[in-house]
Amino acid sequence: MSDTTLASAAERRKLVRAGLGRRHLTERLFRGFGILAIVLALGFVGILFTDVLRKGIPAFMQSNVHLAVTYDPELLKIDPAPEQAAGQSDADFRAARLAWERKVAMLNWNNVIEAALRKAAPEGFEIDARQILTITETDARHRVRERFAADPSLLGQTIEIDLLASANTDNWVKGNIDRNLGDAQQQLSAPARALIDIFEENGTITQGFAWSLFTNVDSRSAPASAGLLGALMGTFWMMLIVIVLAVPLGVGSAIYLEEFAPKSRITDIIEVNINNLAAVPSIVFGLLGAAVFINWFRLPLSAPLAGGLVLTLMTLPTIIIATRAALKGVSPALRQAALGMGASKTQMVFHHVLPVTFPSILTATIIGVAQAMGETAPLLLIGMNAFVAAVPATPIDQATALPVQIFLWQGNENRNFFEPRTSAAIMVLLAFMITLNAIAIFLRSRLEKRA
Amino acid sequence: MNTFIVAGLLLVLLALAYQFGWSKSRALATTNGTRVHSRSQYHGALVALWTLVPAVLFLAIWAFFSPGVTHWYTVSQLPTEVLQGLDQIGLNQQLQRIRDLASGYGVTGDVQPFEQAAGENLARFQLLSFLIMIAAAAGLGVLGLWFAQRRINPRLRARNEVERAISWALIACSAVAIFTTLGIVASLVSEAFRFFTYINPLDFFFGTVWAPKFSSTGSGDAGQYGLLPLLTGTLMISAIAMLVAVPIGLMTAIYLNQYAHRSVRKVVKPIIEILAGIPTIVYGFFALVTVGPFLRDFGASIGLSISATSALTAGLVMGVMIIPFISSLSDDILNQVPTSLRDGAYGLGATQSETIRNVLLPAALPGIVGAFLLAVSRAIGETMIVVLAAGNAPILRGNPLEPVSTITVSIVNQLTGDTDFTGPQSLVAFALGLTLFIMTLCLNIVALYIVRRFREQYE
Repeated sequence: MSDTTLASAAERRKLVRAGLGRRHLTERLFRGFGILAIVLALGFVGILFTDVLRKGIPAFMQSNVHLAVTYDPELLKIDPAPEQAAGQSDADFRAARLAWERKVAMLNWNNVIEAALRKAAPEGFEIDARQILTITETDARHRVRERFAADPSLLGQTIEIDLLASANTDNWVKGNIDRNLGDAQQQLSAPARALIDIFEENGTITQGFAWSLFTNVDSRSAPASAGLLGALMGTFWMMLIVIVLAVPLGVGSAIYLEEFAPKSRITDIIEVNINNLAAVPSIVFGLLGAAVFINWFRLPLSAPLAGGLVLTLMTLPTIIIATRAALKGVSPALRQAALGMGASKTQMVFHHVLPVTFPSILTATIIGVAQAMGETAPLLLIGMNAFVAAVPATPIDQATALPVQIFLWQGNENRNFFEPRTSAAIMVLLAFMITLNAIAIFLRSRLEKRA
Repeated sequence: MNTFIVAGLLLVLLALAYQFGWSKSRALATTNGTRVHSRSQYHGALVALWTLVPAVLFLAIWAFFSPGVTHWYTVSQLPTEVLQGLDQIGLNQQLQRIRDLASGYGVTGDVQPFEQAAGENLARFQLLSFLIMIAAAAGLGVLGLWFAQRRINPRLRARNEVERAISWALIACSAVAIFTTLGIVASLVSEAFRFFTYINPLDFFFGTVWAPKFSSTGSGDAGQYGLLPLLTGTLMISAIAMLVAVPIGLMTAIYLNQYAHRSVRKVVKPIIEILAGIPTIVYGFFALVTVGPFLRDFGASIGLSISATSALTAGLVMGVMIIPFISSLSDDILNQVPTSLRDGAYGLGATQSETIRNVLLPAALPGIVGAFLLAVSRAIGETMIVVLAAGNAPILRGNPLEPVSTITVSIVNQLTGDTDFTGPQSLVAFALGLTLFIMTLCLNIVALYIVRRFREQYE
């Protein structure tokens, strides 16, 4: 009896041993797959970030052309600016001023720029007017004119001014264009390219931080001056609306569902409904916005107001779910202690339970806002992809948003110039999101320690 | 300016009312020495509510009606012969001139006598109506204040009344989520229904050609709206995304949950979750300018023609986007499997991987299936990656190396910049949205049900 068990035990042990090598190999393989998966996932994060950084960082530097511009009375034949006479109505004065400004605008400012460029070029350099003007951005004449319109006494004087180099010049200087391509494939003519090289050597063209990226609005005619200011303001208005509306609504709704609502079929349906709402594709919210806010309520198209409302509805489930989870996590002892001391249910919730959940609500809000900030698709459907070259002063002005601006720039035909610019815009967006998330993490750890 | 006056009025009313209620209840408590039912703050809040709510309601109604009334008054100021000679645009210009005159800003050109008169009348009318509005709002507020403060006595249950008001406000907050869902369903269904009056639903759901025509002539043929090319594109991209995301996400979760040292887990988990926080437009750009060209060159080097924008490009990048989604959901679910199951397997001599494959995963399977379905619904509804990287070629074909189009891409293409939903060209977006909504809704409901059941099983 014992013999057979011994024998079978020995046999079994042998059997187990025989299989052990194979089993350990599978074990190592499985582990290897796990490590491989993590390496791949981390690798994607790494590749994504290095790619964006590698493309985007050069776009934060931009070529400037430093010129001495002369407001030559020979080239600029213009009357003095009108002044408001006594008794003249504001409207009349404004009309007269506009008429003068129109006259100023009608002057050929390119002549002034051309003269300044020729002065900076070496003596006797052969280049025609059209070619030499491709070096500076097309908005250079507006910059020079605005200086004059603001201060008409400049007539006859010479001032030093930094103008943006054109997108093509910037590409050439940075080497984004293959210098060996033939004339037919180059955007700039041969003399212009030669002159740019000379300018670079004698210090007329320098690289400076691209402030225009943050101080200018989008521009089509002058790509080098296209900036993010309008988009940043649009995003700011929308986030303001999201915070002002989504936080009270979300927290209020979570408090009701978690603390006051009777447990019934209806609250069950509401719960399922909110969980579903959190998983509805964002573009469906865009359709809702287009049909209800734009078509039915007649809110202005492309305005941060409509966009903010759509994003509010999208963020609401996130905040509700997180707040409910936080309320659920508050210890029953606290509630019972409050009720035991004679507090009413409302007092218990608002005086004792809610303050404890404050860190979680704050974190959820910040994460929800960060999510809303990066959302693009619903905004496309309510017309926020329109080209807007103005800073929205109120939430009902036309505007665009940061992610939508990225979408618009990536489609620009001047790829050599706009690919880095888009990457730079992405870096700005990611910087915002990382900052927000870092604040959320920091605040949570700070506040939780205190609580 | 006017807004500030109104806001100031409301603030003053609020402060006054609260102070009134508070001090009156305070006086009750101190002079008589009686026990007052509620604390003074509640009396103050109650009076403030009674004061502000009527005033704000009145202002809201006023704001709703006043533009119409002002417009009507301005038009009535114009002499009939002038009015008859104007078309809609001319009328608007005329009204603008009168408004500019009334505001004191002035207009260019000669001012007609009737314009001058109308401008002065309008200015008087605006001032008068503003004064009436302020007076009426303040009067209503004071009336409410008087009524509420008269009710204050020791037995007034002010706290209960205030709490009831709070709970109504909370219910109103909860209703927003419900109304959002109702709004989505109502707008999608009604607009889709309008679309189906132009196009036969059978042609839409079973049509194999997607060729909308953007002709604004109206009477002509509106093009063909077959859903199938878009549906296959959507499903193909989602399938590729899941092929990328499920193995990587699941294995990441398993490794971090079962093998990794705590310190490794603490570093790696947040880094992978960064992927979840990156906006989809960034993934789209990445797919378009980096992944697409890379795949094309790679394909060329092994003799395979891969388009730079293709189902493969979009699917791969979408898969990367979904990795953290799968890994964090699976991680949660693995955490919920009781340790006793695992310890039992170890006790029988199973290796770690055998325990995971034969015990842990089968036990966690329902939850993981739920996570999978949620991820599929994410992939189907994803927009920006496919808009940028899928190539926008709505043709029915099965090759993932060629450009495709999806439901979401077509919604964006058909609706951007449109305001009047008159023809099937823009209305089709709602039919597509409805299809998308129903697909994701079914996936979500099933997934959430499975996950919930799974949680309850081990609780």
